[in-house]
Amino acid sequence: MKPFVTETGPGVALPMDNIDTDQLIPARFMKRSRTEGYGQQLLFDLRHDADGSKRPDMALNYLSARPVLLIAGANFGCGSSREAAVYALVDHGIRCVVAKSFADIFRNNALRNGLLTVTCGDADHQALTAFLSENPGGTVAADLRAQTISWGQEQGFPFDIDDNIRRRLLLGMDELSETLEYNSEIEEFEQRYRHAYPWMAPHSSGSIGPSR
Amino acid sequence: MNSPRTLVQKIWDTHRITSAQGADLLFVDRHLLHEGSHHAFDKIAASGRTIRHPELTFGVADHYAPSRPERATDATVTMIDRLARNTTQHGVTSFGLGDSRRGIVHVAMPEQGLTLPGTIIVCGDSHTATHGAFGAFAFGIGASEVAHVLATQALWQTPPRMMRINVNGQLPTAVTAKDLALHIIGQIGTGGATGHAVEYGGDAISALSMEGRMTLCNMTIEMGARSGIVPPDEVTFAWIAGRPMAPSGRDWTAAVDYWRSLRSDPGATYDHVLDIEAEQVAPMVTWGTSPEHVAPITGSVPHGQQDALDYMGLRAGMPIAQIKVQRAFIGSCTNGRWSDLLAAAAVLKGRHVRVPLLVSPGSEAIAAHAEVTGIADVFRTAGAEWGSSGCSLCVGMNGDQVAPGEHCASTSNRNFRGRQGPGARTHLMSPAMVAAAAVMGHIADVRDLTLADMTEHLAMQEARS
Ligand code: SF4
Repeated sequence: MKPFVTETGPGVALPMDNIDTDQLIPARFMKRSRTEGYGQQLLFDLRHDADGSKRPDMALNYLSARPVLLIAGANFGCGSSREAAVYALVDHGIRCVVAKSFADIFRNNALRNGLLTVTCGDADHQALTAFLSENPGGTVAADLRAQTISWGQEQGFPFDIDDNIRRRLLLGMDELSETLEYNSEIEEFEQRYRHAYPWMAPHSSGSIGPSR
Repeated sequence: MNSPRTLVQKIWDTHRITSAQGADLLFVDRHLLHEGSHHAFDKIAASGRTIRHPELTFGVADHYAPSRPERATDATVTMIDRLARNTTQHGVTSFGLGDSRRGIVHVAMPEQGLTLPGTIIVCGDSHTATHGAFGAFAFGIGASEVAHVLATQALWQTPPRMMRINVNGQLPTAVTAKDLALHIIGQIGTGGATGHAVEYGGDAISALSMEGRMTLCNMTIEMGARSGIVPPDEVTFAWIAGRPMAPSGRDWTAAVDYWRSLRSDPGATYDHVLDIEAEQVAPMVTWGTSPEHVAPITGSVPHGQQDALDYMGLRAGMPIAQIKVQRAFIGSCTNGRWSDLLAAAAVLKGRHVRVPLLVSPGSEAIAAHAEVTGIADVFRTAGAEWGSSGCSLCVGMNGDQVAPGEHCASTSNRNFRGRQGPGARTHLMSPAMVAAAAVMGHIADVRDLTLADMTEHLAMQEARS
């Protein structure tokens, strides 16, 4: 996973609440493999008219350089657990999303793909949204070490983030290899658990069975 | 003495392997997979890892299962094959097309007795919350976490906040768990329970069938919650007893003994408590593009959400009951179960639909039961299309779609823009309400229609066979 330290680049505002995972990546694209990339499909139905032409009112469609930061309203990423919603953002080049609030599963998925999610209060939210609405593609900096978002002439705000999440993002840590270091703890637990609850394992009788 | 704990906290503690940096590594009892798991399998393959506990992992083809063979596309075939290939390769039991155990993951797995009280259940699907109906701590995860569970049978989690929703009194006639869920979402919003594990209690919850509890826990994710849970009781145990993969014999006795202890301690604290009076819940219908855009059937489309209204092609102020529909759908992991079909059949018997109604039973077992009991024929006689089991019109990815601009009365769980296909306009409601809309051609109050007595129908059918 790519570590996140600081990112500076174009920002874009999508001032809508409840941008759900079906909008971030419509279900019909989900069969793609990860290597094919999801960047082109990001917010596809919101960015295109029914005839497939790009909507001129969507800043994402006409920025000269791909944005690294997106700011949206409340409850960003609500809906399904599809990690492809994060892939679409990341593959599009976005490394930081600022919102009033995020859906839990989305935030979890983001962390595991090096996508920084920043929540902020109304005043900060308004200020950054205003800046990017007036200057679509304006330069914004997200600094995870200093925990700040900044733009223009010394404008910006600090943000809070869970220490553990911050550490993992900064190091670009692979959670799985970390967990495997706890292998003996897992084994010990399993033994104890199986002994205490022997009936928890599924019965394999399967009397209904597959049709022949 | 230990401080009082909630049910979720107890399950949590029982499954804690270790803790580090403010997170707990939790053991997972059941890991459920569907076609969407291909990303996780690719990750496992790329890192050359193996699956730690194939015997605790179960797959099922549902999202891409076509509701008719001729609706299969290259995409649906590829996705279902991929699941079969991945699960076979790793020795995981999976219910593929043609398997009588197959169904939507959140319908089929409980039917097989895989969902048990006190367990931790995860699946790469947000509606995994459904399994909380049995007193399990169940939640959806993304592909990276799926890969993590495949490799380790464990997951890092930080404790959720706790929310308790008490539903007092009794739900009125024709008001279902679906209406209750939509009513709560209307009150607290789709972000109202973000970061929380929701626990349900109160007389109206105890009175719900297992199917009703599944519907309610299923929709809990639409409140933003990670999970919903109903403490297990005799209703739960009776439903599980005798299921193929549930404990039996002496194991069963030991299990039930343990399950009876699974409840929150008196004095356990919650970050939020919400009280709902069941009598005040009416049949609910969504008018907009988020489950929180909801109103009672007797209400009207509110002012103020112009974006949503433009997408839906509706006028603020118009009565909900005047919204015309061009399509109807009964199915999904929310409302594709046996009692859901019965409730819809009670409306359809002796009537005929005015708009195309697609029915996709939640599982092959339910579909088979509907054939034997003549319920499938009630739907066919009413002019509905009886499809095979799968996610079908709940999500536009398996060949079923609502045409752009069409309004669809639907028993599913999400009315997001484009969820049922690009430009589709979804109205969420209960199965009986969808049946009523299908026969009227517009959204209608099911309480205004006389209902057939389905117990009589089932009894007659039994006498005949
Ligand atoms: S029926 Fe719908 S909500 Fe349920 S698992 Fe399938 S796609 Fe998801």
